[in-house]
Parts: sequence; structure tokens; C-alpha cells
Amino acid sequence: MDSNGSGRRQFLKNAAALAGVGLGAGASAEWAARGETAKSEGKPEAPHDHRELLRRGARFSVDHITYYTPLQDYVGIITPASLHFVQYHASHFPDIDAKQHRLTIHGLVDRPLSFSMDDLKRLPSVTRIHFLECHANSSPMIHGAGNENMGPPVQYVHGMTSCSEWTGVPLSVLLNEVGVKPEGTWLVSEGADPGKFSHTLPMAKAMEDVIVAYGQNGETLRVEQGYPIRLLVPGWEAPFSVKYLRHVKVVDQPYHAWNEAMNHSVARPDIGGKARWYHYQFGPKSVITRPSAGLNMPGRGYVQITGLAWSGGGVVKKVDVSTDGGKTWKEAKLQGPVLPRAHSRFTFDWAWDGEEAVLMSRCTDELGEVQPSRAELFKNWGFSEEDSKKPQRSIHTNCMQPWKVARDGSITDAMFS
Amino acid sequence: MRCSLNLLASVVILAAPVAGLAQSPKFNVGTPLSQEEIKGFDFMVGPEGKELPPGQGTAKEGAVIFAKRCEVCHGQNGERGVLRRLVLGSPGKPFRGPFGAAEKDSVAYYPYATIAWDYINRAMPVPKPGSLTHDEVYAVTAFLLYRNGIVQETDVMDAKSLPKVEMPNRNGFVPAVPVYPPEPKPSWW
Repeated sequence: MDSNGSGRRQFLKNAAALAGVGLGAGASAEWAARGETAKSEGKPEAPHDHRELLRRGARFSVDHITYYTPLQDYVGIITPASLHFVQYHASHFPDIDAKQHRLTIHGLVDRPLSFSMDDLKRLPSVTRIHFLECHANSSPMIHGAGNENMGPPVQYVHGMTSCSEWTGVPLSVLLNEVGVKPEGTWLVSEGADPGKFSHTLPMAKAMEDVIVAYGQNGETLRVEQGYPIRLLVPGWEAPFSVKYLRHVKVVDQPYHAWNEAMNHSVARPDIGGKARWYHYQFGPKSVITRPSAGLNMPGRGYVQITGLAWSGGGVVKKVDVSTDGGKTWKEAKLQGPVLPRAHSRFTFDWAWDGEEAVLMSRCTDELGEVQPSRAELFKNWGFSEEDSKKPQRSIHTNCMQPWKVARDGSITDAMFS
Repeated sequence: MRCSLNLLASVVILAAPVAGLAQSPKFNVGTPLSQEEIKGFDFMVGPEGKELPPGQGTAKEGAVIFAKRCEVCHGQNGERGVLRRLVLGSPGKPFRGPFGAAEKDSVAYYPYATIAWDYINRAMPVPKPGSLTHDEVYAVTAFLLYRNGIVQETDVMDAKSLPKVEMPNRNGFVPAVPVYPPEPKPSWW
């Protein structure tokens, strides 16, 4: 769908739209000065710059705005808000006046209430570090889809995961104020974006650890992250975390809004060609961010392998690294802090001997679950071995990523080779 | 399956807070909403269609509105166009799968007809979502259901008839009715 030419034109159009909703005149001036599309910092020889919008891998289609986090340049565990991934289902961001914005909670409750931003900010707040990952991140189909706007493979294949310190009111506090009736077992939430993004959430999760967030990494939530408020559903696929949150209705069954019922379901052979309805938490996952495809080995001898590991199931327990394509494994160091449902940074000391190598990482989480290989994952889903080698569209993908190092020091994506 | 016991433990813990739900407000913050106010925004429509407002429309009426407001993106009769192909099959002959990535965009894929009404009403048409009247939304919904071979051209769609429309892909989802906590399964499932 995104040929380079139309992607470019669409990008410029969207750049103008972004400037229009107040993402900053500076950004559009930067784009205009370059007279072209944003380019990511993917190429290792690119000079470093802090013009943040230019560092995000970008992709636009008529009904999507997508930014990919530059994982290759990402250090530590926190993603700056300016580099957080975006997967947005409309053509422009909403322009919401926070003074006028209200969050309503109604449905199967004793006291339907409307909350202003002042109301939300006077209530007890929590601040927690959690990853957020698009359910389509790492989809096999995207491995061959890169272009110069999207950064190197680790950025555009895996860059729809980010990790932030989120601040807001626990949703349980608000639900207690309205008084949920016993038959209120699910919620459905609506955003104020043009597409009215809506999603169902089970009450048990809502009462456990969900946040109505107004802050991210020490600042006010940004426009593209749901300003003025969004849901933050820790460890679960990101579509649960509805942005621009304005209505929450307490109901007695899943509501199957358009995005969740059809747009976000994918048929699978192991369940008779039917589609799985509601994936909840992400499984254990990890990826080596450096060295990775598109970058070059700095030379023979010592090189630190580093990457990120996370799990919707809780804390990352250990990460193993292989430099021979999975034949042998050694345990990596977890740098810390290692927090539940958050990115964890791992490092691994390696001496490159100048020979071919295939680098992979494998995460084990506190539930004892182990990150699968591509072959294992696709076998679980009922695909034939032949089909598992084709880049399929899939969601909920958490398989291991192999990077192949050649003798000349170049690195390529070896998922399908 | 190596971790199903652990998973079981975690879902039991997840389920626990519901039982202890306190019912009296602790902070008395927030403004009470009247039923009248709620009626003004209560438009997220569930499978049973409880939130569907008064109004009605037929495929015949919908054809005119579709040509004016929707065809520019979705193509003539929703069959082609720059965006999602909404129609598969034809009047009297519904498409029954298999649903690949492209077929999934069709109204034929929806498990409930109410989803079409809900999405058209709240999110369509771009760039002016919410600009169709409720009658128009019923009519466009009827038109798309008719072109997909699911209802007749003269069938009247309203708050009563729409939730009763039998969608051909109603059983295309697993589990048929989602439950929470889910059956303990490894996370790849």
C-alpha cells in the first residue's frame, strides 16, 4: 500500500496536518527546511540530532499514522515521550481543550459521574513504569516492508513497543466513586479521536492495575499519546489502552467494538480458520537492539550485545543470548531495574572473531514461560513448516529475532533466511 | 503448556479484587450525571443493540446516501475504492469465507450487524464523523447488509430488527463468547 512515492506525498500532507493540531511549528519548519520526508536515525553514519520528530521511523496510510521507536539508539529502559511509538487509526490527531474535557463513567453503576481534569488531578495518583506494545508489533509480514522513512529493521519491525513512567489515577478509584453494580463485569471505553476508538476491558483487570493516565515521563501526556487522558492497561496489548478517553460504560458483556471485533482479529489454522477473540497479555519477549540489522559491526574483538526484554505476565526472570543461531545459549546480565510489565535492559559480553554469526535473545518470565522461536510459534498456531517461512500477517507475535553478522561486518535480518 | 499452572494462579489473583469491591464513594469527587445527559452520549452499541436510538432505513434509501457520502473512499456499491472493501458476495449470496487479511475488511466478517451501525454512526464518514442522521445510519447499514447478501433490499432496519440480523460469520470467532478470566492457556494462544 505504501509505495515510496505515495508514502512521501502522504507524509507531507500529514506533516501539515500535525502542524495544524499544534504538534509544534518547529517540527514542520524542520520538515520544510529539509524539503522532504522525515528520515530516521537508522543509518549508523547519520549525524546525531535531537530533532525528535525526525528520529522516529514513520509510515502513513490514509487511515493510519504510525511512528516507530528507534530501538537501535535506545538506552536504558525509558522511552522518551517524543520517541514513543504511535499507531493511530485516523488521519489527524484531535484538538482537545483539557479545560472542557470530561470523563464520564456510567452504565451499570450506582452513581453515574462526570470527572473534569481538576477532579482527576485532586484524586490519589500513582506513578508506574510499564511497557506499551502494539498488538501488531513484530508481525512477520512487516520484515520486508521497510523503506528509508521507517529506520532499520529493529526500528520498523519491533519499534511499536515503548516503555514509560505513567502517572494518573487508578481506574479502581474512579470505579469505586461510581459504585459498580454486581452485574457490571466488563467495561467499554471510548476515545474522543475522529475514529472514536473503542475497546472492551474485563472488570477484574480494571480493578487490578489500570491507570487513567495524564502524565508520561514527568510531563503532561502528549497529543499523540492521548492528551489529556488515556487508559494504561499494564502488560496487555496496547489497543486496550484507549487514548483521548472520554466515556467509560460499565456493561455485562464484551461489546465487540469495530476495532476489536474485526480490525484486530486474525484467522488462525489451529482454530479451524477462526479468529481468536481478545488476546490479553503479551507473552515473554526480547530483542537485541545492538548490534542489529542495518548497523555494522565496529570491528573484531569486544562488543557488548544489548537489548530489551519484557513480558505482560510480570517480571523478566532471565534472558539468554546465542551467537550461533540458537545452537548454544548463555545467560545475559539484566541491568536493572527489572520491573513487572516493563522493558528490562540486558547486556552480554561478546568477542567477535570476524566469522559469520547469528545473534538471538530468548526471554523467560516469572511465570516460567519461554519466548518461542518463529518455527515454534507458527507450529503452535497450526501453520505448516512451509507456511511458517512466509512472512504472514499475525498479531500477538513474540518470537525470537535472529540477526545475521557477515564476515564484512554487515548485519541483516535473518528471520526468514 | 509448560506454564499452565502458573497461569492459572495468576488469573485467580486477577479475579479476586472484584469480590471485594467497595460500594460507597470515598472521595465524593465528580459531578453526578442525569439520565438525560447520559442519553446524549450513550452511543457505544453492544451486540444486543440496547443503545440503538429510534429511527429506521432501508437499503434502497441507503444506496443514495452511500453514493453521496461513502463511495468516494469505498467505491461503487462498496466493492472497490481506495479504502476498505466493504462488500463481498452479492445480493442473495453472502460470502462465507475464508477470511484473509483483505476479506476481513468486509461487513460480511462482522459477527454482529450492530457493529456496522455503531461504527458508521460514530466514526464515519471521514472527514465528518457523526454527520449522518440516525435514519441515514440505519439506511447505509441496511444498504451494506443488502449488498453483502445478508438482508433483502426492502427490509427495514431499526433498533428492533438490526440486532436480530443473522451474520454469516457469527461463528468465526474463538471463543464464541469471550469470558474473563480466560481458560488458562500459554500466552502464545
